[in-house]
Amino acid sequence: MAEAKRERTERRRGFLLALPSFAYMVLFFAIPLIIVLVYSFATRTSTGSTSLSDWNFDAYRKLGEPIVRNVVVRSVILALVTTVICLVVAYPFAWFCAHQRQTVRNVLLVAVMIPFWTNFLVRNYAWRILLSEGGPISSFTEAIGLGETDILFTKLAVVIGLVYAYLPFMILPLYASIDRLDRRLVEAGRDLYGSGPQTFRRVVLPLTMPGIIAGSILVFVPSMGAYVTPELLGGGKETLLGSYIVTQFLTARNWPVGASLSFVLMAVMLVSTVVYFRSGGKNL
Amino acid sequence: MSRKPIHRLPAWALRTNGAVVLLFLYAPIILLVIFSFSASRIPGQWGGFTAEWYATLFDDSRLQRTIAVSVRVALVSTLLATVLGTMSALALERFKFRGRRVFDALLYLPIIIPDVTMAVMMLMFFSQSFSLLESLFGIGLSKGFATIVVSHVAFNIAFVSVVVRARIAGMDATLEQAASDLYASRWQAFRFVTLPLIAPGVLGGALLAVTLSLDDVVVTQFVAGPGSTTLPVYVFSLIRKGVTPTINAVSVIMLVASLILVAGSVGLQRANASRGRQQLRTSGGNS
Repeated sequence: MAEAKRERTERRRGFLLALPSFAYMVLFFAIPLIIVLVYSFATRTSTGSTSLSDWNFDAYRKLGEPIVRNVVVRSVILALVTTVICLVVAYPFAWFCAHQRQTVRNVLLVAVMIPFWTNFLVRNYAWRILLSEGGPISSFTEAIGLGETDILFTKLAVVIGLVYAYLPFMILPLYASIDRLDRRLVEAGRDLYGSGPQTFRRVVLPLTMPGIIAGSILVFVPSMGAYVTPELLGGGKETLLGSYIVTQFLTARNWPVGASLSFVLMAVMLVSTVVYFRSGGKNL
Repeated sequence: MSRKPIHRLPAWALRTNGAVVLLFLYAPIILLVIFSFSASRIPGQWGGFTAEWYATLFDDSRLQRTIAVSVRVALVSTLLATVLGTMSALALERFKFRGRRVFDALLYLPIIIPDVTMAVMMLMFFSQSFSLLESLFGIGLSKGFATIVVSHVAFNIAFVSVVVRARIAGMDATLEQAASDLYASRWQAFRFVTLPLIAPGVLGGALLAVTLSLDDVVVTQFVAGPGSTTLPVYVFSLIRKGVTPTINAVSVIMLVASLILVAGSVGLQRANASRGRQQLRTSGGNS
């Protein structure tokens, strides 16, 4: 009796402790999310306002139109390229980190963390200066006889910016999974006459897969939705999904299309999260 | 017998890759700082040393206003998010209650949601609820300081909660039990045992919240009013119009501000680690 009563009190205490933030999250997160969902089925009137009385899938059908499809395809390609580059660069780096003495390892990890904490806008702006016409990179390539490089406002500039922005997101989960790797299993692989590459493919790669998937999601999803980087380094020419959505709201005033695209973005994120948890990952 | 490493990459290749990664991460930041002292009117070209661009910052009243807004938004939203985030972390780690799983899932979403989606959500929410309030009660509200704070708190509660939860999970639950065995009230146990132990986590969460608040461009751009733009949104709009040496100088100021926050969080982690070792040593000595 007393036990049951105490448990009830405990439950009530927990609920009351969670209540303020729970209420906050429902009001200022869950309800906004539902509003976006509702809007994505609404109709844009000829004046640019939104009519909620006529429900349909028009906004989603618009996703099949060439303009929108091109934006989606381009975003997926650029985000994939960014993810692959990050993975190829980060895996050896994380491996290198994990095989250093403790002090060196800590220094390297802090060195990776610092840019992650550094102001995002400033980091993008730095590349705007580096890549500018007659700027440091251009002068450098000219000095070594490669001629001027003029890559600002191209896809390449956007990819460089995205890799720069999200590389730490790839390194840290990879490092965590490589660090957790049981070295004895690698030894066992070698004892069973596995060649280096075989051991890597059959033992190391599967064991570090959660890190690879987590890192890829953490790079791919924000790249898809990137807004600041393509605006600053792509000059608004190389529109990605993120910037396209912003335009739908701030200039084109087509809220239903903007809402439906935001939901597509959400869906990408949710599907990748499910993939991650299915693959045996524990926490992002 | 030493075997060849399982990867075909020789040690020097790994080391070069490491050096290139570090160079890639730091060179842009360092060059930005150097070029902010260049006398050339074209940002990114060297024209001799000058600090005049920093002096021009003091003449720009718009800039100073946006800095004031940013600081106020960051302080207020961090305070609210830290209190709410810590409460939810304690509730989720230490209690069972109805709706716990839903709450847990709801708190994961803001971390993984793309910020453009978050921005769209907040914009629509405010425009809908404002027109509703207008038609129901005749209250006219507009976007501004409050809407920015509300939005920043909405994404920061989740981040604070994750950081604090990690701290609570690594904490020895028996200490709280010991306190209650010694007839401490629930509040006393919290105040004198739990709170001091989770304090580094709370502080770390708060630092993350300040950083994210000062970092945000997209969400703020959607929910800011005409007179209440934050520094990053203002700088972003300036850069889109064209780069100037003044922007270089502002960027370096923002850079320094964020580096101070990093120093705080790295210092905090080190203090934690060394305190952890000390505790281990004392407890080892006692047994």
